[in-house]
Amino acid sequence: MHNKSVAELSRELESGKISSVELTREFLDRIKAEDGQYNSFITVTEDKAMADAKAADEQRAAGQASVWTGVPFAHKDIFCTNGVATTAGSKMLANFVPPYDATVTANFRAAGAVCLGKTNMDEFAMGSSNESSFFGPVTNPWGLSNGQKRVPGGSSGGSAAAIAARLVPAATATDTGGSIRQPAALCGVTGLKPTYGRVSRYGMIAFASSLDQGGTMARTAEDNALMLNVMAGFDPKDSTCVDRAVPDYTATLNEPLKGLRIGLPKEYFSDQLNPAMEQQVRNAVKEYEKLGATVKEVSLPHAKLAIAAYYVIAPAEASANLSRFDGVRYGYRCEDPQDLNDLYTRTRAEGFGGEVKRRILVGTYALSAGYFDAYYLKAQKVRRLIQQDFINAFKEVDVLMSPVSPSPAFVQGEKTSDPVTMYLEDIFTIAVNLAGVPAMSVPAGFVDGLPVGLQIIGNYFEEARLLNAAHQFQQVTDWHQKLPQ
Amino acid sequence: MTISREDIEKVAVLARIRLDEEQIPALENDLGNILSLVDQLSAADTDSVEPLAHPLDAVQRLRTDDVTETNQREAFQAIAPATEDGLYLVPRVIE
Amino acid sequence: MQWDIVIGLEIHVQLATKTKIFSGSSTAFGAEPNTQASAVDLAMPGTLPVPNEQAFRYAVMFGLAVNAEIGRRSVFDRKNYFYPDLPKGYQTTQLDHPIVGPGFVDVDLADGSSKRVRIHHAHLEEDAGKSLHEDFHGMTGIDLNRAGTPLIEIVTEPDMNSAEEAVAFAKKLHSLVSSIGICDGDMSQGSLRFDVNISLKRKGSDELGTRTETKNLNSFRFMEQAIAHEVERQMDILEDGGRIIQETRLYNGERDESRSMRSKEEANDYRYFPCPDLLPVVIDDAFIESARDLLPELPDERKARFKKRYGLNDYDARLLSDDARMATFFEETASHGKDAKLAANWVLGEFSARLNADDKTVVQAPITGKQLGQLVARIADNTVSSSGAKKVFEALWNGDGGNADAIIEAQGLKQVSDTGALEQMVDEVLAGMPDQVAQYQQETDPKKQKKMLGGFMGPLMKASKGQGNPKLFNEILLKKLNH
Repeated sequence: MHNKSVAELSRELESGKISSVELTREFLDRIKAEDGQYNSFITVTEDKAMADAKAADEQRAAGQASVWTGVPFAHKDIFCTNGVATTAGSKMLANFVPPYDATVTANFRAAGAVCLGKTNMDEFAMGSSNESSFFGPVTNPWGLSNGQKRVPGGSSGGSAAAIAARLVPAATATDTGGSIRQPAALCGVTGLKPTYGRVSRYGMIAFASSLDQGGTMARTAEDNALMLNVMAGFDPKDSTCVDRAVPDYTATLNEPLKGLRIGLPKEYFSDQLNPAMEQQVRNAVKEYEKLGATVKEVSLPHAKLAIAAYYVIAPAEASANLSRFDGVRYGYRCEDPQDLNDLYTRTRAEGFGGEVKRRILVGTYALSAGYFDAYYLKAQKVRRLIQQDFINAFKEVDVLMSPVSPSPAFVQGEKTSDPVTMYLEDIFTIAVNLAGVPAMSVPAGFVDGLPVGLQIIGNYFEEARLLNAAHQFQQVTDWHQKLPQ
Repeated sequence: MTISREDIEKVAVLARIRLDEEQIPALENDLGNILSLVDQLSAADTDSVEPLAHPLDAVQRLRTDDVTETNQREAFQAIAPATEDGLYLVPRVIE
Repeated sequence: MQWDIVIGLEIHVQLATKTKIFSGSSTAFGAEPNTQASAVDLAMPGTLPVPNEQAFRYAVMFGLAVNAEIGRRSVFDRKNYFYPDLPKGYQTTQLDHPIVGPGFVDVDLADGSSKRVRIHHAHLEEDAGKSLHEDFHGMTGIDLNRAGTPLIEIVTEPDMNSAEEAVAFAKKLHSLVSSIGICDGDMSQGSLRFDVNISLKRKGSDELGTRTETKNLNSFRFMEQAIAHEVERQMDILEDGGRIIQETRLYNGERDESRSMRSKEEANDYRYFPCPDLLPVVIDDAFIESARDLLPELPDERKARFKKRYGLNDYDARLLSDDARMATFFEETASHGKDAKLAANWVLGEFSARLNADDKTVVQAPITGKQLGQLVARIADNTVSSSGAKKVFEALWNGDGGNADAIIEAQGLKQVSDTGALEQMVDEVLAGMPDQVAQYQQETDPKKQKKMLGGFMGPLMKASKGQGNPKLFNEILLKKLNH
């Protein structure tokens, strides 16, 4: 059963071939047996999951089941879960048990899905390798055979690794600069970052408010559609959440792709890209041509500035967003504070890890007197130029396709010594967050036995078109079905 | 772009993060590298460009003035580091 | 050396909304600590702000009341600093795009002149919680019930030049925000808090001096004292050739002394930037008009109307129009009292004196405007003398016997205006005072005559048991004596 997709499991449950209790038990047992080597979960909520599974079976017996009733999944540990520890991968929140749900959490609860636990992540979603987690790094299920432990990508590395290892069929994730797409690519699973404002951010622990977006991760595009059906929609508790009708994302999966206009941004096929990776991406584009799509080169002239703009805007917002972690009302508090300043400075020095502190310091610097115009304001202007690039491109094409990451999963520890090297992992994904458009990562081949992702970027609110394109690709390829050894 | 030790100490004070002496050289290097990356921005011609704060050109929705919250002090203070008589406790604040 | 005093004010006004500016928590005063602090107010991880429409409506009403431009597109910014009563580690406020732009308020001064104080802007922001410094084993207790209460911070231009002007402006502003209903006006609970910026400059010079800010003055008396104190302090320093340091000072009203607060400006760099959790608030014409419809008559408009409609002088019109409840009481009195000027005299005289004596506000008064008006009507039509009216007023105030007519009747205070009866009384009294009559008639100095006339009034009032109309008595006396 653990190799089946959400859609398949839902049908199995509906047909009565298996109960949610049995299914949940199977996945929990797999986590218990296997996750020691991946560390993809921070918290496993066995008792709660079994109770929820039982309730789901009863609901189904009463004839009130929906697609998600009794289907196991997991939440990235950035979504607040009432009564279950929510850590954001940080010592600061290691013992934080929120007495409230994120809107996304509540939506899955209402849909009857069974949450197995909370997945590992880079601390406060700051990272591209899942090595900044207070709860230890996550190991990519791919590439273990040659004896090296590789990163799953980040920050949603726990969700991606758990899905790749078949510990869970689907998991929520978040994406601020590539945190869904890059780990999905590195772990060979399918992930979607929706349009900014499509999914509520309420109860999703903030990193950079104007860039953060909750999204989906599973093996198939169809499962991503099923997840988005639950997650998307207006939330009066999030001022930046858009009040706009939510389509049934599964309804258009089977639309033919004939006439789909694909743009290949020339800036994303640069010399920074591993040539073998480029070959895989170009092969994938050829598949689309076989499906009737047309391809042309386009330009995102300001894309090269995306990393620079991002590393002003994201740390600046983060520096304020993370001020609330002060040891006063919840979370970590240093031992025996001598005075108020000691309480603040030691709580934050001890509670935050190195990367989080670096970003807070950079953000504080960028906003401080004398630098605001040169950094923050300038970055926001560049952000508009980047957005304009996408608007212009979508006048010519329906979707953009590119690699997700410049290279496949790298070995743990390889990029931790220099933050900037790590930041460059996101050169192909970050502009999407600055513009706020939706994008997916779809498994598209292998290089040296490691998965390669194809990035498909769409215009605002065109998630359905992306899912359709990904689904059609998955009808003619089986990259997304491959199992790590 | 380089960042001085004084700048790092200043922002650490603003951000209320205690730095140990031995952390500072590495931070000078790392933050200097990050700021060099960021300095690519200065190459962009943004003279007539409006800053973009939000990807969507939306306006704020306003909430009606109805009380929707109930007292949950017990639940909130159950996860607090230090409370007494319903108050959060911090080391003595001197005005 | 002669100095000019330059004063600007920053006023924090708590808006009388039911809920907080960014959450649905109640703002009711006096709840147990932290029982009105929701997940949003506590800055729990992942929580987000959603602004309160009523706070914007109130801010727009204020803007309209001070003749200001309304910010059609206002933006919230984050002001970053750490303090235990500030849960998010930043205050959400408005820096560059406030909801209320430049406006002005005209203030009447005691000497009858008027002073225009310009409003630089007013912005919406959230209040902080409270630090309770009682001893919790050497710790401070934090109550976040107040955190997130909506405020408008009103910033004036430095247009005031004396404590008197500043206090007059502050009182006017207090009356304004209370009368338009956007603030409960309760200064003892901190509903209005004044920060005073003071600097001195050489008389006639254009060059502004260095200013200090004295924070959180929550009574007019303390404000007046604090200004006097700070002006003197600065003057002493300048006269001695010293320099003023730009700083924030804390004034202790009980001891009449001030001290510098931990040098806030120095250490803090607030790193303002637009709040990414909130979008620009766009105020359209319809919103402004709906706010305008909610505005009651403003004190200045009311004063003008009172002068025109009731023929009141400037001074009386101002006293009666400043406070909406006083104005309503007066208008009720006048509508039942037939004579508006007489009604004004009674409201400002006997009625106000009695309120003061009993330490009551208008709404707490035991009599209504209608009751007082009915009495005024009886004075106006000579049914009761003014001395009799005071007895009636006393009875009304004490709640004895309903309306003025019933009391006049019951206490026999009806003034006798029957000329025949009065003439008879005059004849009898004059007959009993032949010497005085003779003296009067021999007197040639009209001034002395007038004085002597008073000698007959006492016996006459006695003869009429106080009920004779004194005006008629006077007329009859003159007629008889000059015969």
